[in-house]
Formats: sequence, structure tokens, C-alpha cells
Amino acid sequence: MYDKLWLIPFFPLLGCIINGLLGKRFIKNEKIIGAIGTGAVFLSFLVSCKYFFQLLGDSVKSHENIVASWISVGNLQVDWGFLLDPLSALMLMVVCGVGSLIHLYSIGYMHGEEGYYRYFSYLNLFVFSMLMLVLGNNALVMFVGWEGVGLCSYLLIGYYFEKQSAGDAAKKAFVMNRIGDFGFLLGLFTIYWTLGSKHGVWTINFTEITANAHLLSGDMILGTSVTTVATLCFFLGATGKSAQLPLFTWLPDAMEGPTPVSALIHAATMVTAGVYMIGRMNVLFVMSPTTMAVVAMVGALTAIFAATIGFAQNDIKRVLAYSTVSQLGFMFVAMGVGAFTAGIFHLMTHAFFKACLFLGSGSVIHAMHHALHKAHLDDDAQDMRNMGGLRKKMPITWATFGISCLAISGLPFFSGFFSKDEILWWAFASTRGNMFIWVIVVIAAFMTAFYMFRCLFMTFYGEQKTNPKAKDHVHESPWVITLPLVVLAGLATVGGLIGIPHVIDVAHIGNKLNAFLAPVFQHSQELYKIEAHGTASTEIMLMVFSVIVALAGITLAYVMYRKNPELPGKFTAKFPTLHRTVFNKWYVDEIYDALFVNPTKKLGIFCWKGFDVKVIDGIVNGVAKLVGVIADTLRHTQTGFFQNYALTMVLGTVVMMAIFILN
Amino acid sequence: MTDHLLSLMTFFPLVGMLIILFLPREADRLIKTVTLIITIIVFFISLPLAFDDVFVTSSAMHYTEFANWISIGQYFQMNYNVGIDGISLWLVMLTTFIMPIAILSTWHAIDKNTKGFMALALLLETGMLGAFISLDLFLFYIFWELMLVPMYFMIGIWGGKNRIYAAVKFFIFTAVGSLLMLVAIIYVYYFSVKAGVPFENGFSVAHFAQLDIPAHLQTWLFAAFAFSFAIKVPMFPVHTWLPDAHTEAPTAGSVILAAILLKMGTYGYIRFAIPLFPVATMQFTPFLAFLAVVGIIYGALVAMMQDDVKRLVAYSSVSHLGFVMLGVFAMNLQGLSGGLLQMISHGITTGALFLIVGFLYERRHTRLIVEFGGLSKVMPVFAVVFMIVTFSSIGLPGTNGFVGEFLILVGAFESELRVFAVFATTGVVLAAVYMLWMFQRVMMGKVTNPKNENLKDLSARELAIMMPLLIFIFWIGIYPNTFLDKMNPALDNMIQQVKGKQQIAMMVEDMDQTVTQITVND
Repeated sequence: MYDKLWLIPFFPLLGCIINGLLGKRFIKNEKIIGAIGTGAVFLSFLVSCKYFFQLLGDSVKSHENIVASWISVGNLQVDWGFLLDPLSALMLMVVCGVGSLIHLYSIGYMHGEEGYYRYFSYLNLFVFSMLMLVLGNNALVMFVGWEGVGLCSYLLIGYYFEKQSAGDAAKKAFVMNRIGDFGFLLGLFTIYWTLGSKHGVWTINFTEITANAHLLSGDMILGTSVTTVATLCFFLGATGKSAQLPLFTWLPDAMEGPTPVSALIHAATMVTAGVYMIGRMNVLFVMSPTTMAVVAMVGALTAIFAATIGFAQNDIKRVLAYSTVSQLGFMFVAMGVGAFTAGIFHLMTHAFFKACLFLGSGSVIHAMHHALHKAHLDDDAQDMRNMGGLRKKMPITWATFGISCLAISGLPFFSGFFSKDEILWWAFASTRGNMFIWVIVVIAAFMTAFYMFRCLFMTFYGEQKTNPKAKDHVHESPWVITLPLVVLAGLATVGGLIGIPHVIDVAHIGNKLNAFLAPVFQHSQELYKIEAHGTASTEIMLMVFSVIVALAGITLAYVMYRKNPELPGKFTAKFPTLHRTVFNKWYVDEIYDALFVNPTKKLGIFCWKGFDVKVIDGIVNGVAKLVGVIADTLRHTQTGFFQNYALTMVLGTVVMMAIFILN
Repeated sequence: MTDHLLSLMTFFPLVGMLIILFLPREADRLIKTVTLIITIIVFFISLPLAFDDVFVTSSAMHYTEFANWISIGQYFQMNYNVGIDGISLWLVMLTTFIMPIAILSTWHAIDKNTKGFMALALLLETGMLGAFISLDLFLFYIFWELMLVPMYFMIGIWGGKNRIYAAVKFFIFTAVGSLLMLVAIIYVYYFSVKAGVPFENGFSVAHFAQLDIPAHLQTWLFAAFAFSFAIKVPMFPVHTWLPDAHTEAPTAGSVILAAILLKMGTYGYIRFAIPLFPVATMQFTPFLAFLAVVGIIYGALVAMMQDDVKRLVAYSSVSHLGFVMLGVFAMNLQGLSGGLLQMISHGITTGALFLIVGFLYERRHTRLIVEFGGLSKVMPVFAVVFMIVTFSSIGLPGTNGFVGEFLILVGAFESELRVFAVFATTGVVLAAVYMLWMFQRVMMGKVTNPKNENLKDLSARELAIMMPLLIFIFWIGIYPNTFLDKMNPALDNMIQQVKGKQQIAMMVEDMDQTVTQITVND
């Protein structure tokens, strides 16, 4: 029944290999390369759909498909195995669905690129890795995907490898992810070792970990509970992959990659891996209230911190990047307060609207680039200050971008409204939530509405500020680009209907998503009594409040960027230091350089030139020299005169006899 | 045929060396071709070993051969005693596999005195294979020393600018270590004869392992062995010969040195030092694990700051072999099989890295990172190969580097070395830093140096050299069980024996203490 799960990651892998090996020399034709790449992901999508619906109608909600043994050493048995349950099924739909659309989009966007085949090969490899991450039935197969997406992220950020900044960004992304991976591994070791040595369950299989997690309660390590230590380690992994404090700085730089990459990897899928991982291991996380609190707090702080930086950026992609960091923070808040369904819900809706936003920005950049190129100008095609007024020129892009802005701001009945509101409600009412987190998240929501509409106004409204020479060359993009935009905008609009909250469910549709994911989350929520409790009127009041907050943000943006466009300039003139600090991302990069990067380099130099050369080799060469000197001195005794040797011999004999007698 | 398979395999290169010596000095290409054929034949001789399933089920020595060799009256007996088990199997295979690749890499790189070089290379192969199959400590010692000489000349004659310094440094470091080992070997023999082991057994490791050597003696003997092997590994702080030797050695020399000679040290621990002196092993474990972890981090930090690609790879070896040592001293199945697998992986990956550096050097006659930049543009195929090897060295899951490292860390985490494992895991991050930084500076960016603009991409020969290595990078990464299944029984057996002895020793110590306490109380 479920024994062909391996087909899902197989197709993109095949696509990657075909395009990678044959693309340059043999296929050459862009259309065929694009079709192979897109087709591979679409095939995975079809298979995913089949299994998704099969699972819907199945009473058993968890199925494994073991393909082969991978590592088998003593009590460590790891398989190449896949797991289909509601959580992975939903992720499959998001990854393959959004992935297909972005592949389609790339056919148009990457047209004429020299490394066309390379791009599609990498992008397929990414989808393969992401599917391994999602489908892995044990932590190590997940880790294959986990590091695999990091690799693809590296390859695709560095796609324009001739640019210094792209190379730097790629390396930074991989290294920061590796710091997270360090945490992931430690978490894995801790769980494996404790379950095995204390309870005789040697396993890293998710189903078995879930079934045996309760054994860990009461186990201590380093004076804290094992689950706290392990989940904090896992969470470190999540902060790396999902760009949370303190490891978020790689994501904005990752915008060096082609825009569809930013949409797929750095918005819709890879960066949500941390959230998914917590969902996958929710049983372990709920066992540690400490970790849950940390997760929620880090998420909330990231949400607001990244939003502040989003205020001051002029590069359209950077605004979206910080917005992604901030939205991921929302998801972690959800996970931290035990609202797992809400977190996954927001993951899904965010995949729709943020992918749409990124692709929309790509459409704009594509058009701008084209126009500037035609006019032989080298103005920045991503700087919003060169845009404005594109609404008329690019109506489809504008409409879809606008819809997504409404969705991310959380205006009623758009998808983001439902998911964000559920998070807010849980932050407020959950047994693991608190007022403080709620307040922070509400402020972040306000800021989101503000900077997203700032972005919308600067790009599409007002006067067109593009260089007059290029102005008229700006056109709407071709259908391969606009079609994905329309589909995603559609999903961003109605995608929230699968998770209608009970209080406003007048048509009694029911919260489909909640019911669907219940087999994964309900058990641990019930066991640890995690629930949102409050009256219906409170819930509705909060809902209205959050809509007001969003509208306030939009209004402020309207006032500052439409009504009185001179206001922002006045503001920055009044608080130059504040503006500079925010514009420079609170100098976090510089602080990290000073605290970690440079000292490590200095330590490396010290170890090499100080210790290796001076101390160790110094001693070795010193001994060699000493031997040389002694030999040189002793050489003089080798006079070659027989008398001298005879004398020495006699003296020696006398001394030895003396010792012998005296003893 | 199978009765003498090991001897045939080991001494065939020696026969080949004699053939080479009879070839005319000027026949450069002929000499290379003949050497290549000989090494390929050796590989095929050894191939049945890899397919023999006896290693999956049995931990014993197989293909054993025994003959009295040197005996001096009733006092001294040395035997030709060889055999192979799951521990040495893959190291032997690695040796016969790497040799043809190394020879093929010399095609354009070695042009002076080819005859001498090839003769030495074949002699070296005999030495390495002999060391891996020796079951007699004295025989092992002879092969061990036999390896030293050809490598010394390879560095000293065919090396770079600083070759003499590097060669002498290599020789002195290794010789000092091996002399201490020799003293220890002789002492163990003396002890065994005194303990009543029939002297006909010679220096048989199996018999030595049965001896009941008192703890205080074990300490000294283990120290001598451990020091000698530590130099070979090389472990911090006796590693400084390695960067010099690697940097100066010709490509083929570096490949053999990194892929096989370095494994002698770690192999020595697994085969000799630990089984012979289990009690001392216990005492030294924290100390050696500490040095291993320092090596992991220290090697990585120093590698990060290197400006010479070859030196960088050399220091990365210090770091990677630190992992191996940590796995070995975890003294459990995961740790040891991870360590052994990592030895094979490191041979393949670092061998490949040195070949890559060799390709660059042949094109540009420099290895300085600043001289390069943007090569991906001019050498796209090379870029892909380099990238795969780089990520294998970083230990990306799906490549060989990951499985070994993961098993080592799991093993260390399960053992008493938990804290060391945590620190060792930081090496995972550092490896990404130094490799990717190097990769970026060499391969990415724009071509800034005009000399790099017209570099040729990999030739068919060069690609043929790399292909087998690439295949194993993925094979070990995706299906390591091929290798693990055959090494596990032998390792498991060794662990049981060592652990058994350690437990007895601890019980005895406990009893002694109790007795002392009772006496004191009286």
C-alpha cells in the first residue's frame, strides 16, 4: 500500500542526475532541461497527492516504507526508511506543490542563463533533500535531508559564484547551518544514548522514540532533565536552519541567490525545517516546559527583532527576507506554546503568501533588470527607491503581490488571518503561553503590516522613480512567471479555510486541519495538558483586536508612504543614529565578527605560527641543534692518535674497577 | 593458490621492483606502464579477499601462513606469520586500490629518475601490505621500517624546495618512535619467554595477547608503543612532521602517505597496543582521548589559516585522524568500527584531495591559495569533482565522511568519553569553515590572475584517476554495510577480549584494596 513512498524523493534525484550529467553537453536545449526539472518535481507531486488522499481515507495514520539497511553496527541499526503520517503528508503537498510552481516559474526567470542546467540540477537536488528531510522515518535520514538542504542552499546562494558577495553568503549560510547541525547531532546522541543505556531501547526511529519517550521522564543529565538538554540541542539545530536568534544572520545574505531560490528555499520550505522538526519530535518537546518556554521566547524575540530591521531596508528582497525571519518567529512561538497545529498551519499559509511575494518581487526585478539592461544603465534593479508606480505596468504582479500583503498582514478571511490568529490565541490562552509573549507577537504583527505595505507602496504606487531612459521598458512578465503567481495568490487567499477556528465557524465546516493533524499532536497535548482555554467572547475580542492592529499598521504605512512621502525622510533626519543602527541590522554581523570570527582566526594563527612553529618545531629543531653541538664537541675526541685512545681506555677501566671495588 | 594468496600479494610488488630494475633507465613511459600494470595485478590478486564472506561470520585470522624464519639457538625465534581478518581486510584493500591511482598520478608529475621512483614505490607497497598482514611483532617491525626508507627517499629526491628538511624531519620523528617500539617489542618477547611461552611461537601477537603482564610494566610498554604510533597517526603534539612531509612530497608520495602510511599508526593501536596492554589502555584512555580532541580542534584551526592548499589538507588530516583516535579509544563497537571506516574514508577523500592539489600544481606550479580564484569558470568539470571531494571531507551525509564520523561520535558518546565527544563535534563546524573558505578562494569569484584564464579542464586520464575515488565516496556514504559487516565481527571479538581483561584487572585491584584495608584495620 505505502511501499512506493521512495518514489517521491526519487524523481527529483533522477532529474538532478540527468540534468547535472547530461545538461551541458548533450541536452543543451533550455526547454528540455526545464521540462525535466519541473516534470520531476511534478511527478513527485502526483505521487504525493495519491498518498495524501490514500492516507485521508485510511484509518491507520502512520506508515513506514523501509527501502534498505543503511548503517548497521551492533545496537545501532539505521535504515533508509520513510514515514508517512499526516504531518509528513501535509509537508509533502506543500513542498512538491509549491516546488512545482517555482520550478515552472524558473523556466521563465532563468531564461538565457549560462548555467541553466546547473540551476535545475541543484534545484532538483534541493527538492530531493527536502523530501528526505520530510519523509525520513528516523532522525538520521532526516539529518541527511537536513544537511542536504544546507548543501543545496550553499550551491544555490553561490549560484552566481563569480560574485564575491554570493560566495561569502553561501559560505556563511552553510557554516551557520552547521552550527545548528552540531546541536542536532548532540540532541540525537543524547536521546539515543539515554534511551538505550538506561531503558534498553536503542533507537533513533521516530515512531519508536515517540512510543518510548515517556521512559525519559525523570532521567537527569548535567543536573537537568535529559529531555530539556536534548530538545535544547535540537532547538539549536532549528535556529540554524530556520534563521532564528542568534543564528539568523545568514538568511538575509542568502538573497544573493536567484529569486526563485529565495522563494522556494529561503521562504517556503527549507527554512521551515526547524518548525517541522519540532513538530516531528513534539513528544520530546512537550516533556520539557523549559525548552518550550525558550522556543516561544526565542520565536517572539526573533519575530519583533527581524521586523524592526525590515523597517529600514530598501532592497525589496531584503525586506522579504527579514519578513521571513520574523514570520518564522511566529511559527516558533506557536510550537513553543504547544500550538503545534497552528505552527504547521502558519508554515503552510506562509509558504503560499511568502512564495508569492518572493516570486512577485522576482517578477519585478526581472522586469527592472530587463529595462535597465536595455537602457544600458547599471542602477540597482532591486532597490525599491528605483521603482514606484509599477501597478499599471505590471498589473498581475501587482494584484498577486497585493493579495499576499493582505494575507501576511492578517486581514480577515485571507489565509494568514486564520493561521496567525490561531497563534495569537494560543500565545494568549495556552497553558504554556503567557501575556508577555502575546504582547510581543501582537507588536510584531503590527510591524509586519506596516513594513509589508511600505514595500507594496514603494514598489507599485506613486510615481515611477525608475531612470527615465529605462522607464518605458518595464513590462509585465510572461505567463510561466505570472501563472505561478496567480495560483499562489489563490492559495494565499483561500488556503486558510482548512483551519477555521471554532468560534467563527458559522457554517460548521469544522477545523479540518486540526482533525487531520490530531494523530500526530493530540496525544502529547493531552498527556501534558496543553490546551488553549478561554471564553468564546475573549477569543472573538482578541480576533477583532488583531485585525485593528493590522489595519493600524497598514494605515501608518499609507500615511507615511502615500499621503506624506516626505515623512520618512524627516523621521530619519530626526533620529539619524537610530536609523543607521536599524539600517545596518543592529550591527549584529559586526558584533559576531568581533566576538567569534576574528578571535577564531587569531587563535588559528596563534596555533600555527605561535605553537606549531615556535614551540613544537622549536623544541624539535633545538634538540637537533643540541645533538649537533654535542657531536661537534665530541668530534674533537676523535683525534686519530692511538695513544689518546689507549689512555681513555685505561682511564675507563680504572674508573670501572674503582666502582666495582667500592660496591 | 589461496594458501599463499597473502604472500603472493605482498611480494609481487617486490618481484615487480626487480623487473623495473632491469628496464632501461631512459624508457620513462615503459617503466611507468609496467609499474602501473604490476600494481593493478596486485589489486586483482587481493580482490578475492574483498568478496570473501568468511569475514562476515568469523572473527578469526584467515589466509594464514606460517614458517620458521630466523632462529638463533634456543633463545630467539622469529616466524613468518601472516594472516588477515576484518580489521586488516579493508586496509589491505585500500592499499592495493590506492597504489595504481598513485602511480597513474605520476604520469606527468615525475620526470626525473623515474626508474628509481617506481622501484621505491613498489618496495613501499610490499612494506605496507606486509605491515598490515603481519601476525608476528618482529615481522611487523621489519615491514614497518621497510616503509620508512622508500618514503624518505621519495620526499628527499622528488620533493619540492624544502625537501631535505622535510625528509630528515620525517625520518627522525618516525625513527625515534620506532626505536622505542623496538625496545618494547624485545622486552615483551623476553617477558613471554620468561613466562614460559615456548620460544617457537616467536613474536606471535596472538600469544603475546594471552600474557598476563603486570600493570606497571604494561604502562611502560604501552607508552613506548603508543608514542611510536602517535607519531605515525600523527597525534597532537607530535604532528609537525606531517605538514612539511606532505607539502614537500610529490603528489604520489602525498597520496600514499595520507591514504595508507598514516593508517599504520591507528592500525597499530587497534592491532597491537590495545590488545597487548589492555590495562594500560585503560589508564591512558583519557589522556589519549584528550590529545585526540585537541588534535581535532587544533588541526582544524591551523588548517583554516593556511595559505598553501597542500598544507591545509595536511592539517585537515591531523583533525580527521583525531576523530579516528577518539573512536578507537571509545572502546565500543560503534566507536571502533567508525574509526576503522573513517580510516578507509580518510584514505579515499584525502587521497583525492592531494590528487586535486596535484592537478592544480601541474598546471600552475604553485599551491598558494591567493594565486587562484574563479577556477570554476575555466575548469567546470574539475569544479564538480573538487566540490564532491570537499563535501566528503566536510562529512556531508550521503558521502563517506559522514558515516565514520557519526559512528565515532555515537561510540564516544556511549562511552566514558562523552564530554570529549561534545568537544569533538565542534570539529564538524570547523571542517566546514576551513574547507569552504579554501574552496571559495580557489574556485569561486572572478578569475583575477591572468595565468588562470586558460587553464585546461581535467583530462581523460585525470578523470579516470578520480572516478574510482568518487564511486567509493558515495558507496561508503550510502551503503557502508558492505564494509561494516566484514569488520564488525573481528572488532567485536577484540573488544570482548580487551574488556574482559580490563574487568579482571579492575576486580583484582579492588580485591587488593580490600586486602590492604583489612590489613590496615587489623
